[in-house]
Amino acid sequence: MKIELDFLAVLAQWPLLAKGVAWTLALTTLSAVLGGIVGVACAWARAYGAKPLAWAAATYVELVRNTPFIVQLFFVFFGLPAAGVKLTPEIASIIAMVVNLGAYATEIVRAGLDATPRGQYDAAKALGLNRLQMFRLVVLPPALSKVWPAMVSQIVIVMLGSAVCGQISTEELSYAANLIQSRNFRAFESFIIAGAIYLALAIGVRRLLGWVGPRFLFGASAKAGAR
Amino acid sequence: MVEFSIWDIVRNLLMATRWTVVLSVVAFIGGGIVGLLLLYARIGGGKIANQLVGGYVQIFQGTPLLIQLFLAFFGIAALGLPVSPWIAASVCLTLYSSAYLAEIWRGCVDSVPKGQWEAAKSLGLSFVQQLRLIVLPQAAKIAIAPTVGFMVQVIKGTALASIIGFIEITKTGTMITNATFKPFLVYSFVALFYFALCFPLSWWSKRLELRMSVAER
Repeated sequence: MKIELDFLAVLAQWPLLAKGVAWTLALTTLSAVLGGIVGVACAWARAYGAKPLAWAAATYVELVRNTPFIVQLFFVFFGLPAAGVKLTPEIASIIAMVVNLGAYATEIVRAGLDATPRGQYDAAKALGLNRLQMFRLVVLPPALSKVWPAMVSQIVIVMLGSAVCGQISTEELSYAANLIQSRNFRAFESFIIAGAIYLALAIGVRRLLGWVGPRFLFGASAKAGAR
Repeated sequence: MVEFSIWDIVRNLLMATRWTVVLSVVAFIGGGIVGLLLLYARIGGGKIANQLVGGYVQIFQGTPLLIQLFLAFFGIAALGLPVSPWIAASVCLTLYSSAYLAEIWRGCVDSVPKGQWEAAKSLGLSFVQQLRLIVLPQAAKIAIAPTVGFMVQVIKGTALASIIGFIEITKTGTMITNATFKPFLVYSFVALFYFALCFPLSWWSKRLELRMSVAER
């Protein structure tokens, strides 16, 4: 038999695809920022927090890392409303992505904290910095710069994972692909094109973050810390 | 509405756990075999084979597993073959695992010092002998911890097969939810089941890693 592929029928629906890309990038950006903050906070709790706090952070990390993202998403979207919290698909997606990325980011940041030499703490203390200043100014920047490549990989993984959010009708890229194939029955072509766009996004986001991190996130102070 | 007791929920999820485990094992073993072939092509197959495998890995690591599953499902249909969720999910997860495992193992092979290859070569061993007798045994030791860690990722990956209709833990959870209207309870149990499968492996992987780093010191 002959297989006929018609990619143009899918590409003709480009406004849907563009909207999907916009949603995917918006979800990724928001969850990267919030998830990064959660990760830093939990890493701090694990390293310097009181014992119950450190234990709570550790439990959170293990619970998230050992369950699938789709179950976390369903739990937030279907489970929480039953407990009285009503959420739109978009909000549920962002919550699930932040919770997911936060757990992995905790482990990543923690690995960086472990790598900060003892002498830097002593030096910071000698300069009279309080604990928060010490963490924010001395410990964190070089730790972040050390683990930034791992963090970027994890953000890309979360972006690719966000394809699942289409299942609760968040209108991201995979939702767009599904919608298009339900209209013109070009399933194979739709998902090939969606896959190609995801691949381009993954490469693009990786490059962009590799460029942004050292310049805006931990640039000058990381260098100062490394000196 | 059907009345489901807690025990009914647990019992049904337990039955479904079989299929999560079977699919994980199939994907892991299949992925391991294909991954070994890819690894061999990458280190021993010359420049073109190396680039091809590199591209293969990038495609699987740079696209969502969900899209890969859809492609396997609709791709098999486009070829005119009968599609079952079973076949689509096992083929897809096998290829997905093979890409990750090939990449993990390549890192391990690369971390064996170059001098080991050269020494083996100077003893007159052929390429296959160098690989089999000298390099792989050393690489394998390093590879155990990340490979066990990847098993966790495979198990979590099988949850996506529920979307193409493969009946495993997640799909069963959705079906029970539809019958009981107790999503909070049911998805908590679903998460607990995955945790019970994955946590021991994560723990084991971490222990192996720790032991390795102690041995290196």
